Amino acid sequence: MRPLLERIRGGATLVGDGAMGTMLFERGLQPGECPERWNLERPEVLEEIARLYLEAGADIVSTNTFGGSVLKLQQYDLDSHTEEINAAAIGAVRKVIGDRAYLSASCGPSGQMLAPLGDVSPEEMSESFVRQITAFAREGVDLICIETMTDITEATLAIKAAKATAPNTPVAATMTFDDTPNGFYTIMGVSIEQAAEGLAKAGADIIGSNCGNGIENMIKIAGELKKYTTLPIIMQSNAGLPEMQDGSVVYAETPEFMAEKCRELLDIGVNIIGGCCGTTPAHVAAIRGVVDERGA
Amino acid sequence: MDTLQQLSENMQKGNADQVARLTQQAIDEGCEPKTILDDALVGGMAVVGYKFKKHEIFLPHVLLAAKAMHAGMDLLKPLLVKDGIPTIGKVVTGTVQGDQHDIGKNLVGIMLKGAGFEVVDLGRDVSPEKFLDAAVSEKAIVIGMSALLTTTMPVMRKVIALAHERNVRDQLKFIVGGAPMSKEYAQKIGADAYCYDAVSAVECVKRFIGAH
Repeated sequence: MRPLLERIRGGATLVGDGAMGTMLFERGLQPGECPERWNLERPEVLEEIARLYLEAGADIVSTNTFGGSVLKLQQYDLDSHTEEINAAAIGAVRKVIGDRAYLSASCGPSGQMLAPLGDVSPEEMSESFVRQITAFAREGVDLICIETMTDITEATLAIKAAKATAPNTPVAATMTFDDTPNGFYTIMGVSIEQAAEGLAKAGADIIGSNCGNGIENMIKIAGELKKYTTLPIIMQSNAGLPEMQDGSVVYAETPEFMAEKCRELLDIGVNIIGGCCGTTPAHVAAIRGVVDERGA
Repeated sequence: MDTLQQLSENMQKGNADQVARLTQQAIDEGCEPKTILDDALVGGMAVVGYKFKKHEIFLPHVLLAAKAMHAGMDLLKPLLVKDGIPTIGKVVTGTVQGDQHDIGKNLVGIMLKGAGFEVVDLGRDVSPEKFLDAAVSEKAIVIGMSALLTTTMPVMRKVIALAHERNVRDQLKFIVGGAPMSKEYAQKIGADAYCYDAVSAVECVKRFIGAH
């Protein structure tokens, strides 16, 4: 397989996969349970999810390691298992995809705030990411995806940890923006321009946004991001925002709707299009169809 | 500029050291502790809450202002107790069982304290039993429940059901909030109010306390 960045530089648009949490909850993950625990206890479920996304046409398949940093695992007293938990998740995906798709190792926020807002020092937070990413590097991954970030300092620490620990692995970094009357900002107050500048400066190879918005807002975010960066762009939209209907969670955006709207992401020049919360293999298959049609 | 005004402005900027210094200065100048609390700290926090609601400032700013507010409160609290000034009411807050997300819940706590309420924060992953045990033992009038996950929202219904079971539903008001919540959902589970954000949570609690 050609390296991922080479493919993108050659003009390819790649299709990412869809939600992980949504799939796990459908398969019986309980509220409050640590999703990453399933890496050790139910790897067959992770293999199934990877297979579904691969078969749907994803070029990039993600690991169940969003909460696999030391600080995040501490919340469940699982931090002493950081290495095994991350290794098992990578093993499950690699077993299914082989070299038919790129393996993207997910790295989400620590769940803690840096001092002075919270109690965590930059050194402690950096070390938390280094230990997770050391496991990525040992197992071998094709992409490290630092995602759902809202604090540019935390994102910077994670990107630098990745670059120091796995210098030959490309790094994608995405932030989550809220739609405010004054424009898009993360909850920590990072604008799209600041995100583009900060993520690039920290060393990310690909930048973008995930979660927090449906596809229509993501089109606006991508358009604005494009103004401030020459780096490849990744966009992973939710299937709308979650709504409760008759006691169950519903995401309103259908595969057809999202795929149709993805044409606008392609027009903007987005290089990787995937999904976040609420997106399913059906969404990925529909996006695959639109990307292929455009490439043909 | 007088001391209280300086105090309020430093609190809004999150200068904790200055807030401690100016609070002490105001006390030394003979200002009533209750006046310092209401005019400088509560007033200042209301401005912070308003600006946050308008997206003029962001979370870090609010958290720093809250830390600064506490620096002043720590000095005032013993004096208020000594003066026998009653708090205007107690609220129990928590993120429901199974949910570890507490940014929103913490913001509500900050704004409630900023408005002069006493807040008993039970933290994250709070069971229905723990909510009610605390509300009863603390003699709280309001329980504030938060959930970020659609999968944990149903726990709120359990808390309210348990209040019925224990025959304490009438003594308590339930307010709920969190990203996936809605007014309709709050009504459906029998909560007294849905609060869109921390500022509206304060308005709600004020309304309930007034009616209490």
